[in-house]
Amino acid sequence: MKVRLKVWRQKNSGTAGAFQTYETPDLNPNMSFLEMLDVINEQLAGRGEEPIAFDHDCREGICGTCSLVIDGKPHGPHHGIATCQTYMRSFKEGDEIVVEPFRARAFPLIKDLVVSRKAFDTIMQAGGFITVRAGSPPDANAILVPKEDSDLAMDAAQCIGCGACVAACRNASAMLFVAAKVSHLGLLPQGQPERHARVKNMVEAMDAAGFGNCSVTGACEAVCPKSISIDFIARMNRDYAVALLKGDAKESASGAG
Amino acid sequence: MNLLQRVWRSSLGKKYVMALTGAALFLFVVGHLVGNLQVFLGPEAINRYGHFLKTTPEILWPARIGLLTCVGLHIFAAMALVAQNRVARPVAYAKVGAHGATIASRTMIWSGLIILSFIIYHLLHYTLTLPSVNGYGFDFSTLREEEGRHDIFAMIVMGFQKWPVSVFYLIAVGLLCTHLGHGVGSMFQSLGFKNHVWGPRIGGLARTVSVVLFLGYASIPVAVLSGFGGGHLSEVRARIAKRVSEHPVVPGRIEVSHGTNTTGKGK
Ligand code: HEM
Ligand code: FES
Repeated sequence: MKVRLKVWRQKNSGTAGAFQTYETPDLNPNMSFLEMLDVINEQLAGRGEEPIAFDHDCREGICGTCSLVIDGKPHGPHHGIATCQTYMRSFKEGDEIVVEPFRARAFPLIKDLVVSRKAFDTIMQAGGFITVRAGSPPDANAILVPKEDSDLAMDAAQCIGCGACVAACRNASAMLFVAAKVSHLGLLPQGQPERHARVKNMVEAMDAAGFGNCSVTGACEAVCPKSISIDFIARMNRDYAVALLKGDAKESASGAG
Repeated sequence: MNLLQRVWRSSLGKKYVMALTGAALFLFVVGHLVGNLQVFLGPEAINRYGHFLKTTPEILWPARIGLLTCVGLHIFAAMALVAQNRVARPVAYAKVGAHGATIASRTMIWSGLIILSFIIYHLLHYTLTLPSVNGYGFDFSTLREEEGRHDIFAMIVMGFQKWPVSVFYLIAVGLLCTHLGHGVGSMFQSLGFKNHVWGPRIGGLARTVSVVLFLGYASIPVAVLSGFGGGHLSEVRARIAKRVSEHPVVPGRIEVSHGTNTTGKGK
């Protein structure tokens, strides 16, 4: 099969970008979308042109590195599937496919289709962890976790941090990502000691990064390659309200420990 | 950092403000409808209700101040949120997908602003009873029953008999319906009152309640334009005509056109 690609090309954040159209050679419909880009890049390299820069790593839907807005939808036409798991057979012979980078102020463009998602790392550093003594593994079932809590925590933990939620949201809001990370740990016993500090710190880091706000349109969950539910945002809203009402921890006079 | 500052500065906090003020306004909108529907019980019921509110300042004024505060905060928070949302995506997509976002959810600011313009008009029209905005040129508060109570019933019927007024009203309550169809569900989300049992039902309930509100509000101008209340108005007109013919020297209340005695105080 052959398709025509309209790809966003931009040398760097300092220069203006524009769409460029490429006709693909005959493709195997069972190629992945990224393999199709590889084929184009080989052609470009052969002609001495600059290949299209795009992000990818595992190519099996688990690392969250691939991105791309394909025909207006982050991660392409399917639901619950990342770009790297999207295959050319999902398109039709002769289709014109528009490929754009994720667009958000908090995700500055680096080159072509590659944007910096460092803001997510900053948010994670603000609270997306638990502070434990990293010794030998604890005994299994030493801490009991109700099944429904662990299931829900695992649903949240599915988030691969790709940023599709930000890309799809008309406000470029990162709420779904942050909510998933806050809920993942907030639902488990190991996450309780830092639960309120975590939600405050992560939300503040999110706000500082320049993401927009949530209008509850549901676009984020619709494009999420891991189908993370928008209900986690409600949970984060609740946790944050409780955290604000509890206030910051009092400075300890004795400095226990 | 202090609590209020934290609420105001954070994205989530501003949504709490939106949701709490939106919830208060929603409750008012429900109560206001129930009050207004008394028009269908006839002049006695609605005029007594109006008289009760007017003569009970300990309910009227807290409600007015509370509502104005809520509207103010709701708009202030909306502006702050929308401004942040606009700058959060400096470069637009060439191809934009809605990804299931409803039109209602994407037009909250526009439905809100039109509702705001309606609220202002509505207050000038029926609360401040400005002669220049009702299409008749006299002060609606001069419409009185024989015992001197405000004739709210006549005011409503006369007001809506002007079709442009009714059309604007219908547009505004239509947009209120879309605003709340999305907003009431969103309010539960913003405050975190949602779980897997009733969470999935909230959206549908919000839309249903909004449609019911729309039908309730719309029924009044539609009834008036279909002739409802015409009989009462004829009685009012006859009464005024009679009084004018009995006291020709006293400037009447209703036929005062511009500038002269529009206060209409006294019986
Ligand atoms: C009777 C009048 C009104 C009622 C009952 C009402 C109710 C609501 C409710 C319940 C919400 C949902 C809050 C949330 O998402 O948590 C909302 C959102 C909103 N309202 Fe209103 N509202 C009214 C008037 C207005 C006005 C006058 C404006 C004008 C600026 C406005 C602008 C907005 C906007 C922009 C949102 C969406 C906020 C967002 O998506 O982040 N509303 N409203
Ligand atoms: S490349 Fe790892 S998720 Fe797509």
